[in-house]
Amino acid sequence: MYNLIGAGIIVIGAGFGLGQIGGKAMEGIARQPEAAGKIQTAMIIVAALLEGLAFGALILGK
Amino acid sequence: METLLNDFSPGLFAVQTVLLLLLIFLMVKFAWKPILSSLNEREEGIQGALDAAEKARREMANLQADNERLLQEARLERETMIKEARQLKEKMIAEAEADAQVQANTIITQAQAAIEGEKKAAMAELKSHVAGLSLEIAEKVVRNELSNKDKQLELVESMLGEATLN
Amino acid sequence: MKIFQRSFKFLALVVLVFLSTTIYANTSTEDGGQVDTREEVDAYIAHHLQDSHDFSFFSYTNDEGERKHAGFPLPVILWSSEGLVTFMSSEFHHNDDGHVIVEKNGLKFAKIHSKIYELEAGATAVNFDAEHHATNASRVLDFSITKSVVGILVIGLLMFFWFSRLAKQYKNKKIPTGFGRVLEPLVIYVRDEIAKPNIGDKHYRKFTGYLLTVFFFIWLLNMVGLTPLGFNVTGQIAVTACLAIFTLIIYAFSGNKDFWVHILWMPGVPYLIRPILAVIELVGTFVIKPFSLLVRLFANITAGHTVIMALIAIMFVMKDSLGVAGATGLSFVLSVLIMFIEVLVAFLQAYIFTMLSALFIGMAVAEHDHDHEHDAHGHKIPDAQDVRGDFI
Repeated sequence: MYNLIGAGIIVIGAGFGLGQIGGKAMEGIARQPEAAGKIQTAMIIVAALLEGLAFGALILGK
Repeated sequence: METLLNDFSPGLFAVQTVLLLLLIFLMVKFAWKPILSSLNEREEGIQGALDAAEKARREMANLQADNERLLQEARLERETMIKEARQLKEKMIAEAEADAQVQANTIITQAQAAIEGEKKAAMAELKSHVAGLSLEIAEKVVRNELSNKDKQLELVESMLGEATLN
Repeated sequence: MKIFQRSFKFLALVVLVFLSTTIYANTSTEDGGQVDTREEVDAYIAHHLQDSHDFSFFSYTNDEGERKHAGFPLPVILWSSEGLVTFMSSEFHHNDDGHVIVEKNGLKFAKIHSKIYELEAGATAVNFDAEHHATNASRVLDFSITKSVVGILVIGLLMFFWFSRLAKQYKNKKIPTGFGRVLEPLVIYVRDEIAKPNIGDKHYRKFTGYLLTVFFFIWLLNMVGLTPLGFNVTGQIAVTACLAIFTLIIYAFSGNKDFWVHILWMPGVPYLIRPILAVIELVGTFVIKPFSLLVRLFANITAGHTVIMALIAIMFVMKDSLGVAGATGLSFVLSVLIMFIEVLVAFLQAYIFTMLSALFIGMAVAEHDHDHEHDAHGHKIPDAQDVRGDFI
């Protein structure tokens, strides 16, 4: 039960973080469309790091 | 975490390690090395061809520029030559004209001098004629005076009337 | 085209050989195989996510009410207390809860939730405690050719076959033909978009082979996991752990002096803080980085398989409330949508694993020839590379 609540909190945090990453990346691409490729790569890396963190926490709590 | 550790199979890990090592070794030896080296070779070939084309293009451009320059020079030379020729012509004409003028002038002056000379000579001759005539007349008068005075005067008169000074 | 046809023939041959020689019918005792309730679905998904000792395509109940399994058994290779023991997995008769005991070399083995246990001497049946843990049996080292190992072997052979073919094509001509035209851009993509930018022009050549192998290995296994063959290789923690540890070994052993200096005795930090930071850096480099690599891949694939199977299970679980057609339609639409996402995830996870491996290797071999800029007080202004290094 408690680990489900923990998982919920983790997902809220990860969702917020992913939203930030995606939103900022969109802003960046809108501002500089020619840098879209680089921004996307960086975005995917950061998203992957965040995802690793979130999954790590989920697994540890399981 | 507990389920994760429980699911971890050391046997599968060992088998996977061996297989992955083998796979990496085989792939590197028989696939990636030849593929990557051929790709590199090809890319270098393409780069070389592009470079050569660029070089040829630049040389061509140089050649064309050279041609253009030569042509320009030839055109310029021709123009200067024509210009010079024209100038020469004009100069020659002017010189000829001047020469002709000078010659004409000298001829005219010479002619004038000659005319003057002739005139003077003619005048001198005339004068000598007149003198001779006068002497003759005077002689005749002198001869006639011995016979008739009146007649002599008449004669002189008529002679003088005849001898008009021209 | 030819190479594609050949590899297709090769695969078909493999499948046919297995099918024709070893379809075996077995009557399993209490494992009905029918999936109707939520609990059964949960159990079925949990069973699928684990490695399996036999390769079954499908199972059905015949007219006599017997449960038949179509598939083939795989060899079980164990390192027990008495040494090496081998037998075929068919001896377990598809039992997965420890009730079928196999006796070999005077030892008794039972399979519980896809894991093989060795019974203690004298025991004749597995005893379970309240949490369903076996009390009189212990896990043995299991080197069996499991379903995952079969997947690894098939994909490894396929990769070797395809890419050595591609390599041979270059010998005669400069441009590949047929299926090689599909593979070549992928190789170039990994080299130019993953290896080169992250490791640097100077060192990338040494590591490209590893990165290419890992990329195609993970990608193809992820894709095979989406087929109805039911592989779940990249969802096995042992497999992803092995991959992550390979990356760890590579970057730990190729790290230059700067790398170790920045971990153990970082310049530009007060001396008192250095040991504390060194501990943090060491843990980060040797535990957190590989752990995040292995967990990311494992969790993504596990989550993907769980979601797809759960969506397919809507068909059975909700057929009472939505009707057969409604439940099937809903399940079909949702699983097709998720399948598209999973195809993307299959590529993305291979890309990210390779990318992060390249990044870690790149950080280990990077030459810190850049002088740190100093502000007015002589403190170092961290540049982007340092920030990234600290962040990861």
